[in-house]
Parts: sequence; C-alpha cells; structure tokens
Amino acid sequence: MRMLKSAIAKSGVTAAALLLGLLGSAEAGKKDDTIRFAYEQVPESIDPYFNNVRIGVILGQLAWDTLIHRDPISNEYKGQMAKSWKWLDDKTIEFELREGIKFHNGEEFDADDVVYTMNFVSKAENKVVTQTNVNWIAGAEKVDKFKVRIKLKRNFPAAIEYLAGPVVIHPNEYYEKAGPKGMNEKPVGSGPYKIVEHIAGKSVKLVANPDYHKDLGKGVPKIKNLEIRFLPDRQTQVAEVMAENLDFIMGVPVDQALGLKAVPHLTVQEGETMRIVFINFNTLENGPEPALRDVRVRQAIAHAVPREQMVKELVGEKARIINAVCFPTQFGCDDSKAPRYAYDPAKARALMKDAGYGGDKKITVDIYAYRERNQSEAMIGALRSIGITANLKFMQYAAMREQIRAGKVAMAHQTWGSFSVNDVSASTPVYFKFLADDTARDPEVRDLLEKGDSSVDPATRKEAYAKALGLIQERALAVPLYSLTTHYVANGALKFETYPDEIPRFWEMTWK
Amino acid sequence: MLGYCLKRLGTAFLVALFVSVLSFVLLRMSGDIAIAIAGEGAQSADIELVRKTYGLDRPLIVQYLDWLGQAARGNFGESLYFKSPVMGIIADKIGTTIILSLTSLAFALAIGIPLGVLSAVYQGGLVDRISLAVAVTGQALPNFFFALVLIMLFSVKLRWLPVSGSGTWAHFVLPTIALGYYITPPFMRIVRAGMVDALEMDFVRTARAKGLSKARVVLKHALSNALVPVVALAGVQLGLLLGGSIVIETIFALDGLGYLAYQSITHKDFPVTQAILLMLSVAYVLLTLTADLINAWIDPRISVR
Repeated sequence: MRMLKSAIAKSGVTAAALLLGLLGSAEAGKKDDTIRFAYEQVPESIDPYFNNVRIGVILGQLAWDTLIHRDPISNEYKGQMAKSWKWLDDKTIEFELREGIKFHNGEEFDADDVVYTMNFVSKAENKVVTQTNVNWIAGAEKVDKFKVRIKLKRNFPAAIEYLAGPVVIHPNEYYEKAGPKGMNEKPVGSGPYKIVEHIAGKSVKLVANPDYHKDLGKGVPKIKNLEIRFLPDRQTQVAEVMAENLDFIMGVPVDQALGLKAVPHLTVQEGETMRIVFINFNTLENGPEPALRDVRVRQAIAHAVPREQMVKELVGEKARIINAVCFPTQFGCDDSKAPRYAYDPAKARALMKDAGYGGDKKITVDIYAYRERNQSEAMIGALRSIGITANLKFMQYAAMREQIRAGKVAMAHQTWGSFSVNDVSASTPVYFKFLADDTARDPEVRDLLEKGDSSVDPATRKEAYAKALGLIQERALAVPLYSLTTHYVANGALKFETYPDEIPRFWEMTWK
Repeated sequence: MLGYCLKRLGTAFLVALFVSVLSFVLLRMSGDIAIAIAGEGAQSADIELVRKTYGLDRPLIVQYLDWLGQAARGNFGESLYFKSPVMGIIADKIGTTIILSLTSLAFALAIGIPLGVLSAVYQGGLVDRISLAVAVTGQALPNFFFALVLIMLFSVKLRWLPVSGSGTWAHFVLPTIALGYYITPPFMRIVRAGMVDALEMDFVRTARAKGLSKARVVLKHALSNALVPVVALAGVQLGLLLGGSIVIETIFALDGLGYLAYQSITHKDFPVTQAILLMLSVAYVLLTLTADLINAWIDPRISVR
C-alpha cells in the first residue's frame, strides 16, 4: 500500500511538474525576505539536547553556538564561543572564552554558562536523549570569568568534534529557571537566528540576530526571516514548493527531484551526505549462516557487488565509492591499508568455488534492510550471479537492529550517518569494537580501534585507525559500498551550498 | 430503554478494554520500545537506561495493569516522545479532527442524499448511472491519491486553496472533499434503496392519487422514510471518520488526532497510542448507541431492545 502510494504520488508529481512548466516567478520568498523551509520529522523538543532528529541538529546550529566550530570545507577546527583551547592532560581541556557574546535574551556569555551546561547535560538523571553526545563529559569547572575546564570521564579525543557539533551552550541563568521544558517553549540561544515562535508539532519562526558576534564563524544572516514547518508527507512538501508556498525542502527522493527539474522556478541540487552504505556480516561461531565464516565467501560477495554501476544508476552522481567503513572526511578514515575489491564476478565465482560452493552446494541467506530497498534488490541480483540466493527481509530500523543484536542476522544492508560527527570514533567502532552491533568480534580490530579512540595524539590515532580499517577489509568483515546523496529543492531565487553533514547553512544563503 | 442503554454502555466498556489490550500487545510485538526511544546508534547501556527510566523493565502485565489503573482514574500518563501529559496533547489535537470529521460528514450527506434520491427517482436512467459511477469511483479511488489530485489541481495549478495547514477555513476545504467523498457512496446507496422501496409503498401511491406534486411526494413523503437508516449510518461513519483520517491529516498536515496516532505508533509512544485508541473505541460505540436512540425517536415503530 505504501509503495503503491509512493509510486502513484511520484508519477503524479512528475506529471504535474511537466504540466506546470511555465508557472512561477520564484519571487515569493524574496519579496518578504523569508525562507520557508519544511521538514518531515517533528522534534519532540527543540532544546538540542532533548531530541534525536536531524531537524533538531539544524535548529541547534541556527539558534545556538558551540565552543568550537568546524569549517565545513577545510574541516579545520576553529574557536567559536571559545577563543582557544588546549589539552591539559588526557582528560582535561581548558578553554579561553570569547568576550562580548550575548544570548538572545541579553544574558552575557561567560564561564558560568559553560559550567552549568556541561554539568547539567553530563548527569544521566537529566535524561539527555542522545547519551553518546554527552556521556563522555564528567563535568566542568570555572577557572575565571572567561576560562573554563571541561573534564572527561575517559580518554576521548573526539571530544573536540562533539564540542563543535551537538554540544551547544545554554545561558545558565535562563536554563536554570526555565529548564528543558521552558527552553522548548521559549528557546534562548546565541546563534545567528533567534527563535521568536515555536508552535509544538507545527512550526518554528526565526529572525536574524542582528547582534550576532562577528567572530563566531557563522556570520550575520543575509536573509532576515526563516520559517520552518513540520510537514510529514513528502508529496505535500513537493506540492507546497511547486505552489511557491515553500522555498526550501531537502531529502527529496531522486526520481521526484528529477521530475522537479522541469519546473523553471525551482532549483534542484544534489548533495553528498555523511551517510555511508555497507554490507555487514555475522561471522560469529553461532551466527545464522555458517558459510559467512569463510573469508573467501565474504570476499566473493565483495567482488560481486557492482558499486560503480549502483552509484551511477541508483544512488546519484555526488555519491562516492568508499573502501572502508567510515566517511572519507572523518578524522582517521584512512583506507590506504585496506585492500580493494573491484567488481569482478569471475573472480567472485572462483572464490566461491575455492570455498567449496557451486553446483549443488549453494548458499541461501536472508539479507536484512531498512531503507533504499532498490539498492538491496540490486545487491540480491548481484549475489544471485555468483550462486547466492538472498531473500530480502525489509523492516523498520529498530526492528532490524533488534534482530542484529539478537544474533539472528547473517547479512545486513546497513547505513550509518555518524550523527554528522567528523571523526572515525563515531562510525567504525560502532560495528567493530565489541559493542552491541558488532557481529564480527575481531579482538585485533577492537584493540586497534580502542587505541584510536582513546589516544590524544593525532598521529597515533590515525595509524591505529588505518590499521584497523585495513584488517576489516583484509578479513572482509564488511563490504563498504558508497556514500548516499540527498536532493535539495529550492526556490530558484535562493542561492545556497550543500554540505555532507546535511545542515543547511541558512545564515549563508542569499537571494540571487 | 434504560436497560438497553446500560447494556450498550457495558459493551462500550468491554470493547474499549479489548482494544486497549490488543493495541498494547500489538505495539509490544512490533519491537522493543526502549530501542526505538533510544534512537539510532544507542548502545546497550543507553537502552537499559531508557528501559529503567520508563519502567519498561517491569513485566508486561504489570506495565499494562499500571497503565489501566491510572487510566481508570483519568490519568493517561505522559507521552514518551513529547514528554508532556497525554491528555493535554490530545486536547490540543482533537478539535481539528472533530472539525474535519463533521465537515466531511456534512459533505458526504450533501452529495450522497441528493444523488440517492435522483438515482431512485430516475431508476435505470442516465442520472442513475452517473450516480452509480460517482459511487463506484468514490469507493474505488484511494483517498490519498484523490487528495493529491485535488492538491495538484486546486492548490498547485489553480492556486485557489492552500495545500496544507489548519489556520483558516480554507485549509479544511480539500481535506473535507477528500475524506467526505470517500464515505459518500454508502449514503447514496442507502438513500437510493430506501427511496426505491418507499416510492412503491401505498402511502406514496395515495399521496400521488391525491394530486400532490412530484417534488412534494418525493421529498416529503418518500424521503422522510428513506432517511431513517441514514441516521444510524451517519453515526457509524462519524465514528470511522474520527479514527480514519490518519492519511488525510498526514497529507494535508492537519495537526489532528489521526496524525497524532500515526506519530505515536511510529515513535512507539504507547501511552498516547493507548489513550487515542481507548477514546476512539468508546466514541465509536457511543455514537452507534446515539444513532440507535435517535432512530427510535424518529420512528417509534422501531423498538429498542
């Protein structure tokens, strides 16, 4: 039913797009200097610590700031609310804070804000939704009005990346009084946009913060107003953007995006995302498919998947082939030691024969997936060509993960977005460091990843990760495939750039 | 009559109880709620924390009875997703759903009754066939597709009506048509059948013999008889509309109970799901009871047993 709905809707959108070819002026949002943006998910709260959806991350960047800022082009870390920082030891970072920053309610920013925020979010009883963002923080202490130390619970070099992403700073006086509930209702940050209205489940209205500190890395927004609506249905979003009631939508499926290219008042742009796709195996002794314990079978599978062709025909031109289970820009994602598995069905069949399969001895396996069904089906076709019959088990993510963790999944079509954290510690270890989703449990790989995760020396980290990634591929514990792309559809008058972390920089956008 | 009402209220209670057990079991069978709440990438420790925080580590029967006990006292608890009281959330949304349901019902009656009358009066003729086509199309066309066609035509092409939202009366026009059209055929068919029977009855023949105009015979004498079952049907359809507008509310971004139900199932927010299902099942039974009582009042020949 859902597929039928989707198919009919997509064809309807394409037809309507062609029908409307001559309509539209692209001036709607420009006239009142307002970007109207819609997103499909509704955040449970717009306090960045109390939701785990992407729109929450986007709002976090719009209305709040962080101590550190990562340049999205160079990936270089720069100070944002902090002027500078240094590691005092493996578990302590000292920050010198920038003076002259004001929150939207006029409260002055200083060390008390950092101390209060860090101490609040690090306490498990305060129930921050995404614990991985904060569970490394032990607390913070004030050195003086503009100097603060953050203490870590364990060696965690990726702290810098988290402090440049999800760990925003709240104004201590307001947050102490309002709490997460008050912050959701009347949010106060320091970011380039101020939230002036939040109607739960419906919309958020923001206006440019004219007093935004010039050294904070984002800059004063060029476009004054931003309206965000939560529209759950993708087809409705498309209709709204075609009717010029919206200026910006994202995550549009490729076939619909192609159809919308025919509408002259719209711009369609493809952008790479940090979400990577890979095939994950259960190679454990008690795994559901004994054949996958044989490295030759796993290598055969790696050689059987036509990654280039899939990228070209199913994924998008901005996608890139990956050779390790991490996103290429992530710190430590060095695939130089990882062997390559080129598309070579003949070699794959030879490996299968070498492993004792072929003729009457065939492999039948279930492949679990939760998104990009067409890609799963393409993989199944490729596996069939080397004598593996794969049956697709398509389900929701939570259900699939439950099955994986129960050890019932031999092979999964996995994707991972790393929460836009540009550090390998947010990707590879999730699947190979003996955590709940690790179905290979290779102690050598685990130790190397642990070394990379816990050392504060960048060179040591890089080397450890490179070795781990090399071993994972040498042993074919997973088949890395490609990064995913997403499509943005916008008012033709809007000038914007796309970034792999899928955070639209509304403060950078201008009207043409 | 009192005994009948009490019996039906008892049935309503049993239905609501059964629905709440069923929804509780189905929601739990669809996967681990703690995993869903913890989100992508949550590790075992995070999931365990969620399980403990929300009391999901207790035996299922204890969780259910705890919920039931609280619900009996009018406390439906707190939403696991929105972290606010369930009744407050429902109170915010129910108005939209009631407006949409009533306008859709009014639309269906406004189209269904005249078409039913015309097709009975011109039985077998062109009007009858056109009405039949309207009815068949209404039932065969998926309402999400019809909704998208309406959006493309009236919102995107002609720009007469808004695509989505619930700020003004204009926002309700397209959802009303999309939802109302879907329930029009049953009204049309029941009116047509009732009218065909009524037009052949002695009192109608007598009215004609007395020289009354055709319009008076049809509208006053025949239609008043044919409308009796419409009341019962309207009650049933209103119950369906209250719970059945999930797709339409989602497409038109109407922030109502249907969309809330969809969201709560997606987020495995069982306190909200349970409360909505309980309310809807009670409303459905009460509406059918009300329809029966009104029927008996309109036509005293119908005895309520």
